[in-house]
Amino acid sequence: MAADVVIRAEGLGKKYVIGHQAERERYVALRDVLARNARALARSARDILAGRPMVAGDEIEEFWALRDIDFEIRRGEVVGVVGRNGAGKSTLLKVLSRITEPSEGRVEIHGRVASLLEVGTGFHPELTGRENIFLNGAILGMGAAEIRRKFDEIVAFAEVEKFLDTPVKRYSSGMYVRLAFAVAAHLEPEILIVDEVLAVGDAEFQKKCLGKMGEVAGHGRTVLFVSHNMGAVRSLCQTGLLLGGGRVQHRGAVRDTLARYAEAASLDPAFRAEPSEGAAASIVEAEAVYFADSPEDGARIDLRLKVRARTAVSAAVEAKISDPVGAPTAYGSVGVIHSRDMVAFTPGEHVLEMSFDASALAPGAYSFTLELNKPFEASIDRRENCLRLVIDRPPAHGQTRQFHQSWGCGSVLLPVIRFERTA
Amino acid sequence: MTPDAPPSDVAPPAAAPAAERVLVLEAGRAERHYWRDLWTYRELFAILAWRDLAVRYKQTVIGVAWAVVRPFLTMVIFTVLFGRLAKMPSDGDAPYPVMVFAGMLPWFLFSTILSEASNSLVSNANLIGKVYFPRLIVPAASIVVALVDAAVTFVLLLLLMLWFGFLPDWRIAFLPAFVLLAVLASLGPALLMTAMNVKYRDFRYIIPFVLQFGLYVSPVGFSSAAVPEQWRLLYSLNPVVGVIDGFRWCLLGGQAQLYMPGFLASLGVVAAFLWAGIAYFRRTERSFADLL
Repeated sequence: MAADVVIRAEGLGKKYVIGHQAERERYVALRDVLARNARALARSARDILAGRPMVAGDEIEEFWALRDIDFEIRRGEVVGVVGRNGAGKSTLLKVLSRITEPSEGRVEIHGRVASLLEVGTGFHPELTGRENIFLNGAILGMGAAEIRRKFDEIVAFAEVEKFLDTPVKRYSSGMYVRLAFAVAAHLEPEILIVDEVLAVGDAEFQKKCLGKMGEVAGHGRTVLFVSHNMGAVRSLCQTGLLLGGGRVQHRGAVRDTLARYAEAASLDPAFRAEPSEGAAASIVEAEAVYFADSPEDGARIDLRLKVRARTAVSAAVEAKISDPVGAPTAYGSVGVIHSRDMVAFTPGEHVLEMSFDASALAPGAYSFTLELNKPFEASIDRRENCLRLVIDRPPAHGQTRQFHQSWGCGSVLLPVIRFERTA
Repeated sequence: MTPDAPPSDVAPPAAAPAAERVLVLEAGRAERHYWRDLWTYRELFAILAWRDLAVRYKQTVIGVAWAVVRPFLTMVIFTVLFGRLAKMPSDGDAPYPVMVFAGMLPWFLFSTILSEASNSLVSNANLIGKVYFPRLIVPAASIVVALVDAAVTFVLLLLLMLWFGFLPDWRIAFLPAFVLLAVLASLGPALLMTAMNVKYRDFRYIIPFVLQFGLYVSPVGFSSAAVPEQWRLLYSLNPVVGVIDGFRWCLLGGQAQLYMPGFLASLGVVAAFLWAGIAYFRRTERSFADLL
């Protein structure tokens, strides 16, 4: 229903103009401009008078951070905005929170918006915790009366009762973040826009924040949530918006969006790096290939590693496989379960090849963490999420549906080996 | 179920509850409710002003001392320089130090607003990039700090007047009006400078120069009556001249006369600067976040 749409973007675009005479500084100084040629000066003067941002450089390039963005968000919807760095997520949030204006298109927003693009915006180190609660609250759009009403709750949430009258410059970073988030968590706008703010704080507090956000979302408030924490997106959001290259690439149920994101992000099934510093042996190349001619023949993942050893060392090889939201899914190793299989490296380069039976893995995207170690003693070299691999196979003969990772039910389909009606 | 209403540029969708505010973001869209918006953010204005004050006076001794020492020493120097050495005339029978001080009050108000405001956006860059509010609030909040400083200076002036046994008359009732005029006179150039400073950071080097220059060009250390009659109207094009003359008229109990044509010229220049400052600021404020 049209009535339920609280945010509608139509043909939204945001353009930045970048000058091409590579500047060292972030800002343009009039002095530099004066030093340049008269033509550039005339252009600048024209821009100053017209109130346009002035751009230094001989060549001007337009860069569209967002282009042709269309979407609708309904009342009470909790939307996870995902995409790689530079996909335009932050720009979109800035446009929606009115920090910067769009270059084309329009957005219609129904209701009061509060945006939380950073934890502790405007905190002043010289002011006390109490003063900063009022300051930060006002900056985020709370009225003084509203803050006073929620003050005790905020303080309790942040667990800083004892330090209320201490300047926040004396706070530990944990206390600082807790206090900052506590203020933000008590915002009650109709539409809440949240950028990657959960990346801070310890795990315990993150969990508390997620709980609080879930509570906020549960009260029928519309939330736009940007995060790289796929687990958080999956658990908080119902729908997703995938951005890539400044355009909307997917809009729909959150698990579909996440699956699309994972697939879009998993283009690189090969890895190459310099040897790790100080490691006795190091993985310098890795490649994973998935083979599945037909489901009936089973499927396998071939893994090829190049190891450069500096000294003689014997090690186990581990492959830890996780799904796009970072949940551990599967594990394969040589030398951990049977110590006799440990690989003895001599100084120099070695190529290892191994194959895993992958027929149990559901179609979807997987990332590999590879490690050389002395099992349960010490890690020799660890390459976190160094490979990404998409598993895809045609449905087996006679299957109505194919179990897929994006169902959100894990990545392994248990084959049913016996089923009968016993009564 | 009703079909989706076609998007319309004018009317909000009919289905939206009447009380709900509909916000439309579009390229180059003039803010229709600019001043009303500003009003709804008055609490933020108060908080920011309070923050600036709190931070400034946290180390109280230095904060207050600064507002006292600076005008006092300047007054002493000007009295010696213009009153004793150059033997410039005071306004009527007013003691020279009192005359200087009455002119310094608005001058320091002007210069504090100009310098504080023009740096305010740059020093609040993290706010501008992370939260929306009418940007005018930030330079406006720095006016409050300048006013508090001026109040401290004013107390000093009263003490000085007591010392000289020279008391103001009924005209002091008009002082608030001239304080307002001083604020408006500073606000125009301040907004221009603020907006320029966001784009061209070397404007911050221009401001101290302008202020230093202005201190001698404006009738701070001497009376504007000392300016030859035929130049007086031209001289009054400096907006600060009208403000300082007004302050002296209020405070010196009829010893200083208001030179009306000049005062009106000053008012005109103040109004023109104010209009230009606000217009320029409004036109550029939408891109501040992209520039900072």
